[in-house]
Amino acid sequence: MSDLYNVSAAPHIRSSVKTNTIMQDVIIALIPASLFGIFNFGLRALLVILVTVLSCVVTEYVYCKLMKIKSEPWDYSDVVTGLLLALNLPVSIPFWMAALGGVFAILIVKMLFGGLGQNFMNPALAARVFLFISFPGRMASFLVDKVSSPTVVDFLRGGVLVLDGVSGATPLGQLKAGETVDLLKLFVGQIGGTIGETSALALLIGAAYLFYRKVITPIIPFSYILSFAVFALIFGGHGFDANYLLGQILGGGLILGAFYMATDYVTCPTTPKGQIIFGVFLGVMTGIFRIIGTSVEGVSFAIILGNLLVPLIDNFTRPRTFGKEREKNVKQK
Amino acid sequence: MARLTFMGGIHTYEGKELSKDKPTTVLLPKGDLVFPLSQHIGAPAKPLVAKGDSVLVGQKIAEADGYISSNIISSVSGTVKAVERRLTPAGKMEESIIITNDNEYKKIESFGHERDYTKMSKEEIREAVKEAGIVGLGGAGFPTHVKLTPKDESKIDYVIVNGAECEPYLTSDYRLMMEEPEKIIGGLKIVLRLFENAKGIIGIEDNKPDAINLFKELTANDSNIEVKALKTKYPQGGERQLVYVTTGRKLNSKKLPADVGCIVNNVATLAGVYMAVAESTPLINRIVTISGDAVAEPQNFLVPIGMNFSEILEAAGGFKVQPKKIIFGGPMMGNAMYTFDVPVTKTANALLGFVKDEAAVEESPCILCGRCYYKCPLNLLPAKLQMLGLNNEDEKFVEFDGMECCGCGCCSYICPANRSLTQTIVSTKHRILDKKHELQELHHKDN
Repeated sequence: MSDLYNVSAAPHIRSSVKTNTIMQDVIIALIPASLFGIFNFGLRALLVILVTVLSCVVTEYVYCKLMKIKSEPWDYSDVVTGLLLALNLPVSIPFWMAALGGVFAILIVKMLFGGLGQNFMNPALAARVFLFISFPGRMASFLVDKVSSPTVVDFLRGGVLVLDGVSGATPLGQLKAGETVDLLKLFVGQIGGTIGETSALALLIGAAYLFYRKVITPIIPFSYILSFAVFALIFGGHGFDANYLLGQILGGGLILGAFYMATDYVTCPTTPKGQIIFGVFLGVMTGIFRIIGTSVEGVSFAIILGNLLVPLIDNFTRPRTFGKEREKNVKQK
Repeated sequence: MARLTFMGGIHTYEGKELSKDKPTTVLLPKGDLVFPLSQHIGAPAKPLVAKGDSVLVGQKIAEADGYISSNIISSVSGTVKAVERRLTPAGKMEESIIITNDNEYKKIESFGHERDYTKMSKEEIREAVKEAGIVGLGGAGFPTHVKLTPKDESKIDYVIVNGAECEPYLTSDYRLMMEEPEKIIGGLKIVLRLFENAKGIIGIEDNKPDAINLFKELTANDSNIEVKALKTKYPQGGERQLVYVTTGRKLNSKKLPADVGCIVNNVATLAGVYMAVAESTPLINRIVTISGDAVAEPQNFLVPIGMNFSEILEAAGGFKVQPKKIIFGGPMMGNAMYTFDVPVTKTANALLGFVKDEAAVEESPCILCGRCYYKCPLNLLPAKLQMLGLNNEDEKFVEFDGMECCGCGCCSYICPANRSLTQTIVSTKHRILDKKHELQELHHKDN
C-alpha cells in the first residue's frame, strides 16, 4: 500500500452529476418519442436512428484520429446529437442522406469549431436544415400508403400509420389551408411528420423526466410556446379558435424543438433573464415563419437563428454580482 | 431584514453523523509542542523566548508584531528546545518555537483568575482579548481584538455569532455549542458590552436542532439576543452569506461586515473571548474534529495548541483504511496535505481522511450548462472567469468581478465536466493581487 497521499487544491469533493449522466438522461427522455416513432412509422425508423447515431459517433472518432487530437472521454454527446437528428428526419429518408446529415452535424457544426461545447448552432437542427435545403423533396415527403388488410410485416414496415395512410398535407399544412385538425390524433401522434416530432404525449413524458432530473428548467420551453401562442392569437387570423391554436402548438416540430432543441446547453443563454428573451425571440420567429411566411414549418430555422443571437443576449444579460448591484459595470479600455 | 436563505449554494453529503454524537475527549500531548509564529492573518509574531528558556502554561512566548498580528501563548510548561522552521497544516514552513513538555502544567500567576467583565472598561476588555492571542477560530485567523475595534463602534447594530459550521464532516463547533454554550453566550455578552447599540444574533444551521433549542432556552431572558435557525446549505457559514441571511445586508470584497454595521464571530472565538476576559485564560487549546471514512473512530478532541496531529489521530484509532487523501479543514476549502506530522495551530480545526479522492477525475470540456453560475453564492460566472484566467486576460477577469470570488468551491463541486473552476479563479486572483502589490512597491521605491 502506498503511503503517498493525493494533494490537490480545494474543493476536494464533487457532485455525482457528470456530463455523461446528463447525456444519458437526455437519451432516456427521448426513448418514449423514439419508441413511438418506431411504432408509428415502422422498423425503418429504428434503422434511420441507428444509422444517424452511428454516423455521428464515427465522424467524431475519425476526425480525432485524422487530426491527431485526443478524443474526449466517452460521454454520449454524439449519441444525443445523432438521436435528435434522427427524430427530426422523415422515416422515408434514404440512409445515405441520414448519414450525411450526421457527418454535417458533427464535422461542420461541432468539430471544426472546437468540439464539445463549441458548436455555434444546434448541430442536429443545423444538419436538418442543411438536408432540407439540399434535398427539399426528400425532406418534406411524409407520404405513407394505406394498406387495406395489413399483415404483421406491413406493420413492421410501415408502422401503425398503414391503417390510415398519410397523403397530402400534414396537419400544419391543413391549418394553413384553413381546415381543422384532429387534436387527439395530434396529441398522441398518429399523424405524418418526422420520426420524433409527431407525439406530443411521448415528448412531454420525456420532458417531465428532464425536469425531474433537473437537466432543464421550464423557462425556455414555456416562454417559447407561450410567446408563439400569443403571436398565433394575434396574427393567426383565427382569434381564439382552440382548434387552430392547439393545432399550431401540437403540430409540427414545436414541442420537440421547444423542449429538446432550444434547451441545448451550448446554444442557449446562461441566465434565466436571457433565456426568457431567447424563448420569446424563438416564439415570434416561429410565428413569422409559419403564419406570415409561406412555409409550413418554422421551428428549425427559428432556433438556429436564435442560436446565433445567444452571445449577444448573454452580453446584455450579464448577472449582477452579489454586493455590487448598484455599481455600473466597469469596462476597462 | 432577514432572509430565508441566500441564492446559490450546494447541498453536499453532510457527514456530520460520523463524529457529532461522541462527547469531546480531552487529550494531553506526548511529545514536543510546536508553535508556529504565524497562526493568524497579519505579520508573524516575534519570539520572546530562546533556546533553553523555561516557560509556563499561559505564558506569552511570542509577541504580536504590528497592529494586525497576534500573540502566541504556550499551552504547556517546559523548556524551549529550539526556534526553527517547521511544517504547518497549511503546508508552509514557518519559523516555530519548539517546547519540550515537563508534564507538570505549571501555570503563570494570573492564570484562571475570575473577573467580572461588567466592571471592566472597553479598553480593558479589548486588551484582555489581545493579550490572550485570540484570533478567528473558524479557520480564517483574523486577530479578534482588531475585529472588535472598528472605526465607529456606535454604528454597529448587530453582533452575529457564527454557529453555522457549514463544511461537511466538521463538528467541533457543534460539540462546543452542546458542551459549553454558556461560554459562547458569555463571549457574546462581552462583545455586546463593547457595542451599546448592537443586538446579538446567534445563527445555527437547522441540521443542529438540539443546539438551536439549547441556545433558545439559554437566551430566553435576553431580550437583545435572538437565535436564528439557518437553512442548511453550503456556504451558509461564509461571512457574506451569514450577514445577508440574518440582516439582509450585502457585502462585497471591498466591504467589511463592520461597514454595514455588523461584527461576525465564530462560536469558538467567542468562547475564547469569554475565557480570556472573564477567566483570565489565554488561548491555549481548541477542539479539533478527526473524521472521514478512512478514520477508525471519528470524533472530536480538546487538544492543546502545539500538539502533534499524529498523536490525535492515534487517539482516534488511526486509519482503518489507508486514505487516498488527507485534508486539514473541511473538504470544500481545506488544505490537502502530504503528511499529518504537523502541529495543531489556532486555526487548524480538523483532520479528515478519505478513502477515495473525488477530485481525482479527468477534466472534460465545458458544456456551458450554467450550473456553476446557478450555484455561485455571489452570482458570478465561474466558467467564464476560468476561461479568462486560463488565457491570462486579467483586465476582463477583473471586469467580470473575478476578484469578488470568495473561494467557496461550489462551482468546482457542481461542474459536470470536472473542470477546476475554483482553483483557476483563486490562483488568478492571487496572481493579479501579487502584480498589484509589486506595482505598489515599485511605486513606493520611486517616491
